[in-house]
Amino acid sequence: MIHSLFLVNSSGDIFLEKHWKSVVSRSVCDYFFEAQERASEPENVPPVIPTPHHYLISVLRHRIYFVAVIQSEVPPLFVIEFLHRVVDTFQDYFGVCTEAAIKDNVVVVYELLEEMLDNGFPLATESNILKELIKPPTILRTVVNTITGSTNVGEQLPTGQLSVVPWRRTGVKYTNNEAYFDVVEEIDAIIDKSGSTITAEIQGVIDACVKLTGMPDLTLSFMNPRLLDDVSFHPCVRFKRWEAERILSFIPPDGNFRLLSYHVSCQNLVAIPVYVKHNITFREGSSQGRFELTLGPKQTMGKGLEAVLISSQLPRGVLNTNLNPSQGTYNFDPVTKLLSWDVGKINPQKLPSLKGSMSLQAGASKPDENPTINIQFKIQQSALSG
Amino acid sequence: MLSMSTNNLSYNDQGGTDSAVEVGQETTPTSSNAGAGFGLFSVDFKKNDDLKEMLESNKESLKLEAMKRVVGLKKLVYVYLVRYAEEQQDLALLSISTFQRALKDPNQLIRASALRVLSSIRVPIIVPIMMLAIKEAASDMSPYVRKTSAHAIQKLYSLDQDQKDLLIEVIEKLLKDKSTLVAGSVVMAFEEVCPDRIDLIHKNYRKLCNLLVDVEEWGQVVIISMLTRYARTQFTSPWKEDGVFDEHSERAFYESDEEKTRNEPEAKPYMMDPDHRLLLRNTKPLLQSRNTAVVMSVAQLYWHLAPKNEVSIVTKSLVRLLRSHREVQYIVLQNIASMSIQRKGMFEPYMKSFYVRSTDATHIKSLKLEILTSLANEANISTVLREFQTYVKSQDKEFAAGTIQAIGRCATNISEVTDTCLNGLVLLLSNRDETVVAESVVVIRKLLQTQPTQHSDIIKHMAKLFDNITVPMARASILWLMGEYCERVPKIAPDVLRKMAKSFTSEEDIVKLQTVNLAAKLYLTNSKQTKLLTQYILNLGKYDQNYDIRDRTRFIRQLIVPNDKNGALSKYAHRILLAPKPAPLLESAYKDRDRYQLGTLSHTINTKASGYLELSDWPAVAPDQSVRNVEVIEPVKEWAPSLWKTGKSKPAKSSDDKFYSDSGEEEEEGSGSSSSEDGSSSSEESGSDAESRVENSSQSSEESDESSSQSEKSSSESESDSEKKKRKTKTPLQKKTVKPTAKDGDSDGNVAKEASSSSAEESSSDSESDSDAHTDSDSGTEHKKKTKSKAKPKVEVKSKKEVSLLDLGDFTPAPVTQLKSSILSPSLLGDLEGMSLSNVSSTIQVSGPAFVPEKSHDLLHRMTGKGLSAQYQFPRQPCLYQPTMVSVQISLTNTSDHPLEQIHIGDRSPTGLNIHCFNTVECLEPEASVTVFMGIDFNDSTQAANFQLCTKEDHFSVSIQPAVGDLFLPITMTELDFRKEQGKLLGMNESSATITMAAENMTSQPISRPVATVANLGVVPSGQDDIHRFAGKTASSGAVVLVTVELRESSTALITINTEKSVMGSMLLRDLKQALAQA
Repeated sequence: MIHSLFLVNSSGDIFLEKHWKSVVSRSVCDYFFEAQERASEPENVPPVIPTPHHYLISVLRHRIYFVAVIQSEVPPLFVIEFLHRVVDTFQDYFGVCTEAAIKDNVVVVYELLEEMLDNGFPLATESNILKELIKPPTILRTVVNTITGSTNVGEQLPTGQLSVVPWRRTGVKYTNNEAYFDVVEEIDAIIDKSGSTITAEIQGVIDACVKLTGMPDLTLSFMNPRLLDDVSFHPCVRFKRWEAERILSFIPPDGNFRLLSYHVSCQNLVAIPVYVKHNITFREGSSQGRFELTLGPKQTMGKGLEAVLISSQLPRGVLNTNLNPSQGTYNFDPVTKLLSWDVGKINPQKLPSLKGSMSLQAGASKPDENPTINIQFKIQQSALSG
Repeated sequence: MLSMSTNNLSYNDQGGTDSAVEVGQETTPTSSNAGAGFGLFSVDFKKNDDLKEMLESNKESLKLEAMKRVVGLKKLVYVYLVRYAEEQQDLALLSISTFQRALKDPNQLIRASALRVLSSIRVPIIVPIMMLAIKEAASDMSPYVRKTSAHAIQKLYSLDQDQKDLLIEVIEKLLKDKSTLVAGSVVMAFEEVCPDRIDLIHKNYRKLCNLLVDVEEWGQVVIISMLTRYARTQFTSPWKEDGVFDEHSERAFYESDEEKTRNEPEAKPYMMDPDHRLLLRNTKPLLQSRNTAVVMSVAQLYWHLAPKNEVSIVTKSLVRLLRSHREVQYIVLQNIASMSIQRKGMFEPYMKSFYVRSTDATHIKSLKLEILTSLANEANISTVLREFQTYVKSQDKEFAAGTIQAIGRCATNISEVTDTCLNGLVLLLSNRDETVVAESVVVIRKLLQTQPTQHSDIIKHMAKLFDNITVPMARASILWLMGEYCERVPKIAPDVLRKMAKSFTSEEDIVKLQTVNLAAKLYLTNSKQTKLLTQYILNLGKYDQNYDIRDRTRFIRQLIVPNDKNGALSKYAHRILLAPKPAPLLESAYKDRDRYQLGTLSHTINTKASGYLELSDWPAVAPDQSVRNVEVIEPVKEWAPSLWKTGKSKPAKSSDDKFYSDSGEEEEEGSGSSSSEDGSSSSEESGSDAESRVENSSQSSEESDESSSQSEKSSSESESDSEKKKRKTKTPLQKKTVKPTAKDGDSDGNVAKEASSSSAEESSSDSESDSDAHTDSDSGTEHKKKTKSKAKPKVEVKSKKEVSLLDLGDFTPAPVTQLKSSILSPSLLGDLEGMSLSNVSSTIQVSGPAFVPEKSHDLLHRMTGKGLSAQYQFPRQPCLYQPTMVSVQISLTNTSDHPLEQIHIGDRSPTGLNIHCFNTVECLEPEASVTVFMGIDFNDSTQAANFQLCTKEDHFSVSIQPAVGDLFLPITMTELDFRKEQGKLLGMNESSATITMAAENMTSQPISRPVATVANLGVVPSGQDDIHRFAGKTASSGAVVLVTVELRESSTALITINTEKSVMGSMLLRDLKQALAQA
């Protein structure tokens, strides 16, 4: 299935390669680089690239391309899903998944890749099993390893691999038994320039951190399971029980995991808890434009809006901006024309605003359309789905 | 560290000096510290002596060290793999003896690792050794080792294809394996080695279907795609020729399933093969998988195999995947694009999910555009076009151009909007952006070609714009339009030609070619005005640098200018050049992709990838179904209920002590005994399981008065066949237990009879569905009795079991015994637990309501309803339509002065809401009123049911809000039963409160009245005067609700509510408190 894996950084260098079958020359990546050059944005590189003898399937995460080389028919999602799983594992092990982190931990990376695939077929992808096999690096362990010359390879036999609950390692013991569940709901909305919502949908996840001794069997019931329109589960959740009773029954993995993600059915449009007043104008003929944004909370049920971040891709004609934020910091990149404004917390008494002027390229015609504005924000302790 | 060095080496071999190598070298020094064996390897890996030394020392390593050793050696072997140096091949052979020894290691993990490494050595000499090792491992007792052997098959096959026949034998053997661990890997090997040997699957088909849910996710993908191909060769098409699927045949299938009329002559009304249905049923829950590849593979399975009306269940899950990573979106959108061309209706309700976001990558945007275009129809085209208007203004010009093409496609597909689209596109011609204008011109040209008669003014408009347009393709398009329809613009066309003659030399090639064409066409139609111009252009073309243009010029000149030599051809010049041309079809780029199986690589790249296996067409006549029959069939149901018991004991902490204490002890004993042994385990021997086996054998032996050994065989087969991985039933164990238990299992003789009779001739899937039906009818008490009566024999079982465990040193390793009953596959547990409710309810009779409140609620006021007023009330009767629904009585009154027509129920929300609508009221005269009944499945929640009440002209959004008490159905039970049920619902399931009663409630009037007013509960006859008990069950799930009101002195009372629906319990408590405390 998966023949080889190449890790390519944003400047187009292969900084790590791994082969599970025979060696595939790295020149196969030339096709990938070609596609990379053609793409205007890093995201625009097509995920599947056919070459005369191989097929390249790549994912882009954290500005690193993970390019898998395959030789014959295989569901592309199979490979893509696996690559993402690899990235998740790296993130889990090293905290971040950057080129530097991978290079620093190159030994662990190879060990992980070796265990995750056997002859190109996924073998152990569960984080619990991998952590039994290969201990995640910690500062202490790194120091000890450097002195003693030992490795991160676990001394224990990975018994979890053999059981029918492969996601949970065996023999877990805690002095304090605790389980935490985070419910995170995201709202995705498209709003037109007059402020009316075109489409909005709520997606949620329940992330869990379970530290329980032994083999606990948990049940979780919902006040109103009908809200959950469409759900996907961690493999530990029993499908049938959910279908019959709408109860989540599961033997949890040890540590952090995503229990389920769901989609909330809401026929009537969701109330968006923030509004933006905008006034962006370009005057015909002159090389100046006016830019004005004001943000305000709306229907937040008393909860504060936090970590508000505004970004906007300004038209190509804009040379520079001279803006004045009433709070937070803003940043304009004259090369990518990306304007970002880190607002922070919104104080309902004093609404944040960003005002000023833009200088346009002389002689360039007025852009036809105002830029789209992306807003990200967080509300703590509030469930959008109600 | 070691792997580091090996890879480092590989780089050097390739001559690559890149960053990775440097990093490697930076880190190697740390590993070169002497001491650990690995360090030695990495430093001196080239020196044979050291290696040998290490190997020697490794021989004596302790068990824990063994893993390290294997890991170390594996890395070493990889050095060979990469280097392939000769002297090291000898060394490879040297190490092989170590692996061969490790293959006999008592620890299964070491055996597996050794095989994994051994099979990775790509040295042809050791093929026979590998073959032998694989064969041995395939019959290993540990499923994990067998899994590894399945992986090794692929490796050996790629090393030496001559081994195919031998390997197929191994695959055949492994396919029979009942472990979920093995299933995925062996199917992978099957796909790699012998995907055409479909005959190997027959006998394992049902087993694979049943195991599927419990296989690890990667294996699921492989198995599902294999089963898709299999099903297409074995079953007849469920798709009706006329494309309309009538529900009748669907029903026919279920009936046939129940009546076991499987052998009826098929084909007349289409009847789905039960095995076909089995596959569809067992893959459906996987749509909820977190693994996107699994979801996609189930989606493609439904697309290729399910009846047309069932395919749409995958829609929601596919749309969910759009929230995932960009690459996932890309693949999923591609597949949706293919699907949406054939089946618009599937994705239409989710159209908004395909709206483009500004943050999407360009290829995602264009795919979304593609889908939106496919989904557009008369009803939604205005929304789609409005959305497109925004897209056209996008700064991403590639995307804007794509949008214009999409508008063009909408315009041709939907004739109502052709003119609107055309006008919109003409407006775009004055856009500032060149690409937009150019694309518009090209699309307009195509549109005009489809209906050229009416649009001469657009052609004129475009001629005017001609000077401002610089994009060659657009200029060429306008010129072509001029030439093609020169008769409609007789004045303008020659003028355009004149302008072109001036600028001819500076034009792009494509424009020049069209200029020559235009000149030729004008010469033929209007030679008076254009003769000189044409000749001038032809002369310019004759000396053009581009040979295409020179050729074209020569050709045109010969064709249109009459001379002696070629008169024959020029006679037809008019017909050649001005022939009516067929309009181009504006089609989706995904039109032809459906020739590839969805979800495959070939589908994504739209060419056949190597190794792609065609999906065959449905056979006209189904091949013999009996090939899938397995000789002995499982009586699943016998052991299922007892499993349910143990399963339930976990979460519910049930109080059925007599039973559970027994099984609990036994479990502990079992695990204790097993843990003393290496590698073997009793986990699969946990009490519940053993017990079930006891029941099995007892029943079947009793029923079929034949030799007990045969019944054991059947029970053992059944168990393994069903979804469990704990195969291997112990014959010794069973033989001995049959006798003591045979006497006891009398309560379910008829069940057993049916089961085993079905097992004799029916397919396993049939008997499984049978058993489903039976467990429903089985009352809970029945097997309670059963299990109680088992208490004694079980003691014997225990002792026997320990002996048997010693015999078989197999199965999962010791630590897993901690699982106890949870070792049962989760899904199965869930399955069984799900049945508990129906079991409980069947012991208790649903009774009529004690009291029906007259109170009705406004559904629709006559003012807002434009004359239509509606009121609803809960008649508290069991719903006729579906038992899980609550029946609602609605009275509709027409207060207006004109008759209202076609009153019916429209859209509802949430969409999942299950409503049984009343029949449409055709006409309601003024001042008339009508009462209708409908059923609503509130799903045991007080969330309002929102729906639309529609008349012919209007629709009004209304909502029905049930009080918690209306969601119950009263049941009658004895006080004893009440106490028993109450005992099961303690702790979290109990809520209680003390209240001060209102004076009137304390007096003579029985307390039942206010309680019955609040909630639809039945009165339980009570032996005590001061304690009143009420019982009911929830409508949807049938969970028992028990209310106790205990009157105390000084007019206080204690209300206790026991129900597993704790939310409903607390709401009911609140309502009761209020009602009873009220004056």
